[in-house]
Amino acid sequence: MLSVENLSTTYQAPGAKPVLAASNINFSVPTGRLFTLLGPSGCGKTTTLRSIAGLERPSKGVIKAHDTVVYSSAGNIFVAPNHRQFGMVFQSYAIWPHMTVFQNAAFPLQVQKKRLSSKDIRDKVMKVLAAVSLDHVEEREATRLSGGQQQRLALARALVMEPRLLLLDEPLSNLDAKLRDKMRFELKKMQRELGLTTIYVTHDQSEALALSHEIAVMNEGKIVQIGSPRDIYERPANTFVADFIGTTNFVEGVVRGGADDRLVVDTRIGQLNVNAQPGISVGANVSLSIRPEDVHLSDTAPAPSSNSLFVGTVRAKVFLGECQDFKIDVNETQLLARAHPSVRTLVGEQIHIAIDPEKCTLLAA
Amino acid sequence: MAVTTPDGSTVHTSLGQGWGRSFDMKWVIIGLCIVVVAWLALIPLGFLIWQSFASTSTAQVPAVFTLENYATAFGTTDSLGLMFNSLKFAFGTAAFALVLGTFFAWVNERTNTPFKSLFFAMSIVPLIIPGILFTVSWIMLASPQIGIFNQIFRDWFGLTTPLFNIYSLTGMIWVDGLHYAPIAFLLVTAAFRSMDPSLEESALMSGASVVQVAFKITLKLAWPAILAAFLILFVRGIESFEVPALLGLPVGLRVYTSAIYDAVHSYPSDIGLASAYAMALLLVTSLGIYYQSRLSSQGSRFSTVTGKGFRPRVSDIGRWRYATAGIFILYCIFVVALPFLVLFWASLQKYYAAPSWAALHNLSFAAYGKVLAYPGFYGVVWNSAKLAIGGATVVMLLTSVICWITIKTKIPGRWVLDMLASLPLVFPGIVLGLSLMIFYLNFDIGIYGTLWIMLMAYVIKFLPYGMRYNSTSMIQIHKELEESAAMSGASWFTIFRRIVLPLLKPGLMAGWIYIIVVSVRELSSSILLYSPGNEVISIMIWEFWQNGQYIELSAFGVMMITALFCFLMVVQTLSKRFGVKDV
Repeated sequence: MLSVENLSTTYQAPGAKPVLAASNINFSVPTGRLFTLLGPSGCGKTTTLRSIAGLERPSKGVIKAHDTVVYSSAGNIFVAPNHRQFGMVFQSYAIWPHMTVFQNAAFPLQVQKKRLSSKDIRDKVMKVLAAVSLDHVEEREATRLSGGQQQRLALARALVMEPRLLLLDEPLSNLDAKLRDKMRFELKKMQRELGLTTIYVTHDQSEALALSHEIAVMNEGKIVQIGSPRDIYERPANTFVADFIGTTNFVEGVVRGGADDRLVVDTRIGQLNVNAQPGISVGANVSLSIRPEDVHLSDTAPAPSSNSLFVGTVRAKVFLGECQDFKIDVNETQLLARAHPSVRTLVGEQIHIAIDPEKCTLLAA
Repeated sequence: MAVTTPDGSTVHTSLGQGWGRSFDMKWVIIGLCIVVVAWLALIPLGFLIWQSFASTSTAQVPAVFTLENYATAFGTTDSLGLMFNSLKFAFGTAAFALVLGTFFAWVNERTNTPFKSLFFAMSIVPLIIPGILFTVSWIMLASPQIGIFNQIFRDWFGLTTPLFNIYSLTGMIWVDGLHYAPIAFLLVTAAFRSMDPSLEESALMSGASVVQVAFKITLKLAWPAILAAFLILFVRGIESFEVPALLGLPVGLRVYTSAIYDAVHSYPSDIGLASAYAMALLLVTSLGIYYQSRLSSQGSRFSTVTGKGFRPRVSDIGRWRYATAGIFILYCIFVVALPFLVLFWASLQKYYAAPSWAALHNLSFAAYGKVLAYPGFYGVVWNSAKLAIGGATVVMLLTSVICWITIKTKIPGRWVLDMLASLPLVFPGIVLGLSLMIFYLNFDIGIYGTLWIMLMAYVIKFLPYGMRYNSTSMIQIHKELEESAAMSGASWFTIFRRIVLPLLKPGLMAGWIYIIVVSVRELSSSILLYSPGNEVISIMIWEFWQNGQYIELSAFGVMMITALFCFLMVVQTLSKRFGVKDV
């Protein structure tokens, strides 16, 4: 397992003020789990990963891997990256161009403290190359591999040393879309089978949602939310997370009243029913996040229910095959909606809207 | 920046003992390299400054502080003339070389002139014909007494006074400018290639002629690079030793470099005066290098000139292309054919005579046998080989570590290291020789008068070349290639040996070969540092010249040029196979 406590890393560019690239990062990853650092570029996710790797020297905090302290500012401990025994796959793959496939994968075993016989090295390397199905190209020059093969070789090189922790820095971002989907699936399968504790860095939310046990969303050097993929998607903690994880409608409003476990919120599009949340009382200013696919559209008025009902005017629509995207004006506020292709209402006509209280997420303002 | 490296699994208990274990190969090697570079770069400079303020010491009178040297160096009409001569010579050389080089660069890059493949082949000529041989060959061609040109004009046209006089400022500029033109060609070509061709094409579409485009767009955009090239050539010109020594000194036309040589070789030798001259020379070269580096860093602000390599379309210049090809061929004749042929002719004579029917009957290869049987010949060649290979190896390995520090680390103050390693750029060879000579005469560690002091001079002199070759390769190494090796568990030393050096190989080998070639021709530092028994090839040529052994000199020169040519050809063939950069 890995635990990161109060980690801060500053960058000191020459002649400039130090930049706090990651500040006060706290999380822990149980053994065998895949933990993702997700965020836009410059959010500090790569800095955090590199601090864990030991490639950056943090300014503060503690990093523990399997109860071994690899960094502690208080204890003045900094284990050099080559003594941490963490496998890492780099964004560029960092395949050494002057070596063959086999030599690349064998390098970690050749340089490690424990001397292995060349036969042992050969056995281990071939085993891991077989696992990523590169055993048939072992003698090929590494530069003559395709992008997907390079990615697998980088993974093999990280795995061959039997790492205590696997660090993946945007490993799929250099692949084309089709290959990315395939590799994502393979990566997930391999991680689950080997049960390796893994830290994954990405800016692609769908990748994060698909792969992770747990996600930490980062922004401006801080973790803004940690949770399971479902948690993050369905209950974003604030507008940044909701916006970053997917397209959403933000609706500002004031809590008017409530009954049982429901609240009524006055917004510019009208009154919305939402699920009550502890700590939010009548009179509070709130912000609601409603995802486009949760804005239900129908050509005719739906039957009354606990759903909030509105009528709006279709401003624009785009047919996408399996669904349609709508832009709808409701009381001069624009809502985005994603609907089934069977909805027939034309641009300029009135359309009926229903919103499930379950799907309205109250955000901390 | 010490990094604690506790091993393996016992890490978590290593509280506080980290510093005690911070011993690491990395810091030993890095520290050693820093100390060596600082020693190499600073000692000569510092000592030279000190020496220029000291009076000449004798056995009875110790040296005292004095400004007298400077008074002599700057305060007399004689010395003002010296400065004026130096500047005129350097300016003329740079301007002449630049005009030629820029013209050839434009012709090669932008026009459909025939024989274009020869242009780049030409650029290695200054590498294979050392300055001293080139100068000697031009003496044989255009000296008033023995020059072939003058004899032809006298015999054919009945001229009584020699038409050409190579022993003049014009002659010096002519010889040095011709020799430096390929450097200008390479520098300006690089600038032309990094220019977006659409800028010129849009001028063409606007109706400008080819020549208008060249003058109004191409040259204007390349102006910072051309100016920088001019400064580089200017510094080369003012540092030039062979041409002023062979062409200027005999007629009393002195520049700083030859004046320094004169001061050291007069009796009693005036080291203080030489040092003061050297300081003046250093001042000029420092200014030149400073403005050149300012210009180069400003170049990036010209957004039109990017780092990308462009290959623009060439213009059809119609029948003018025969004229441009003609000029190029004429240049080749002046720079390669005539110098080589005149040396070859002389080498086949028994006594030097200009080409004639009568002389044609006296041809023999006796001179070659004489040179090969010359006492100490093999020792001299062996000395040069040892110095060239040793110097090149030391320089390339040392600068690979220095470049790694300056490019790959964030160690504060690394720019100082970069500056130190580039500092020798401002040292003219003769000044470097002078300062090393003085320092190791006074600070006797037993290397004065041995090959070691010459090795040291070569290493210092070629440090900047090593930096240049290594840094261009080093920049191209993605930092993740090293980081992934560290994550694989490799130590710094292992990473450097197994990842960095192999990846540097193209630049490393190219720089190594280049330094070997320029070491073999090195004269201006060696001339003050050699002692009998430690001669090198260029010194042997120099001695032949001083002794008037023109025949032997020519034979030796022909052999040397042939050997260098073969060496470069073999290297180029091999390097194509092994992916070494062009030298």
